[in-house]
Amino acid sequence: MKKIFTRPESLNDIPFHYCPGCTHGIAHRLVAEVIDEMDIYERALGIAPVGCSVFIFNYLNIDMYQAAHGRAPAVGTGVKRVLPDRLVFTYQGDGDAAAIGTGELVHAAARGEKITVIFINNAIYAMTGGQMAPTTLLGQKTTTTPYGRDKDVNGLPVKVCEMLAPLDGTAYLARVSLHNPKHIAMAKKAIRKAFDVQMRGDGFTLVEILSACPTNWGLSPLEALKWLEENMISYYPLGEYKTPAEEVQL
Amino acid sequence: MAKVLMKGNEALGEGAVRAGCRYFFGYPITPQSELPHYLAKRMPQVGGVYLQSESETAAANMVYGAAGAGARVMTSSSGPGITLMQEGLSYLAGAELPCVVVNMIRGGPGLGNIAPAQSDYLQAVKGGGHGDYRLIVLAPASVQEIIDLMQDAFDLADKYRNPVMLLADGILGQMMEPVELSEEVLVQAPEKAWAATGRKKGGPRRLINSLYIVPEECEKHNIELAQKYAVIAKEEQRWEEYQLDNAKLVIVAFGTCARICKAVVDRARQEGLAVGLIRPISVWPFPNDVFARVRETAEQFLSVEMNMGQMVEDVRLAVEGRKPVHFYGRVGGMIPVARDVLAEVKKLYNGGAV
Repeated sequence: MKKIFTRPESLNDIPFHYCPGCTHGIAHRLVAEVIDEMDIYERALGIAPVGCSVFIFNYLNIDMYQAAHGRAPAVGTGVKRVLPDRLVFTYQGDGDAAAIGTGELVHAAARGEKITVIFINNAIYAMTGGQMAPTTLLGQKTTTTPYGRDKDVNGLPVKVCEMLAPLDGTAYLARVSLHNPKHIAMAKKAIRKAFDVQMRGDGFTLVEILSACPTNWGLSPLEALKWLEENMISYYPLGEYKTPAEEVQL
Repeated sequence: MAKVLMKGNEALGEGAVRAGCRYFFGYPITPQSELPHYLAKRMPQVGGVYLQSESETAAANMVYGAAGAGARVMTSSSGPGITLMQEGLSYLAGAELPCVVVNMIRGGPGLGNIAPAQSDYLQAVKGGGHGDYRLIVLAPASVQEIIDLMQDAFDLADKYRNPVMLLADGILGQMMEPVELSEEVLVQAPEKAWAATGRKKGGPRRLINSLYIVPEECEKHNIELAQKYAVIAKEEQRWEEYQLDNAKLVIVAFGTCARICKAVVDRARQEGLAVGLIRPISVWPFPNDVFARVRETAEQFLSVEMNMGQMVEDVRLAVEGRKPVHFYGRVGGMIPVARDVLAEVKKLYNGGAV
């Protein structure tokens, strides 16, 4: 019998620690599948962030670095400058990449650093207890916006792809979502494209992945995916925000 | 062997290149700027990388990445910039990554000024960043010693997988002195099996990490680090002794202060006063061994520093209360003058009478 679906080689056979309905597991798997398809695990180096997803270093079966809050793009810069022929990617949440690490993110992008940022946007700080993130939607209730995010008090949500697109150093920017199988497949294509563009040496690449956090949103897993689709995508439109002039062959 | 005239900051750069350093990440700040200027020219000549970061925070984390990838890597800054690097230094120490950090100390606290100082001593030797860790801290006192210690700094960093700091003041960075450069000794960084460079087929997965979320594992990690620091504290003490024979009063000073105090010792000896000098070269580990010997015969100690009394705490610990330990310091870019230090020495020598 032909095996048509299996665990990627680059994903260790251990259970995820994530809450039910959390989409980190799907995002991890997509990264692992792409590394397998590119047959590149010997040259793949990942930078783990802080927060829920720091333990990605346990799940991916490749050499990994654990970085300080927000500093993954700087760590990735150091790694890539020493090992320019490797695939170097960071995996960062919104609190990590869009708040404390904005400086490192923007400047790695501006330099055209040949790394890929996998940016998980679930509109909330998760591990620290459901506080407001830079990406929290207006009106969204969190533990630090108990009456809903108010633009006059808390400011407006940050759109990372749109923020980075004008920088000449960026080569590929895309926003995808994990709310249904069709979009999960599209997310995988975007990750593959970002990795290919990086390995071609075009510049900085980032894939923003709209993700669900049922626990901190206070919703069931299914309700969370519905909330993502109905509320997040309208503020964070999906699509490619920057593509290389010359298309990569997938 | 050719003697050349070099500025201290440039000597730091040449010393690093000759020690096999090929990666520099840093952010401009006075009074160490000639070092990045020098390396921006020099690194491309030896196939290395000079990269100006967007901040000191980023620079320290770029060093983390490069060190984890197995490179000989350094950064440099001064006071306020070193403060921003403390986050990275804690992670570097926690993940046991070798690297060299230069602190060309300026006046503080806050923005202070750009004049020379030694007021970052406590930050350098007692931690600075969060957690239970130590840096190996070396304090040169001449441009020649800057070059020589740079080789030691990289070797010690690799030997112990620990960040090493070169602690100097703005005078040493700015002064020019003739130095002897050894013949081309472009030492290559040793192979580092632990570096995360890509998992080989069938090989072990390598992880550059300072996270130990299980308390038992975090304690084990801290105990292992402490054991390493204990070995360093025993094995890596470095100091210079000057006129210690029969010295009744022993001056303790490092870096630029030690040079001034040598002149003080010479003048005191000319006047028949039995004065000597201990110059700590490693300020962590502090050279306790020499104090254990000298505290038996000396009658009193005088710590001379360009701060309000930071190293004097370590001198007191080393003397263990057996003899009086005094302090003389100037701050804010004011440099102790030999005449004034000599007056202080005479006052102490005569039991406090002027």
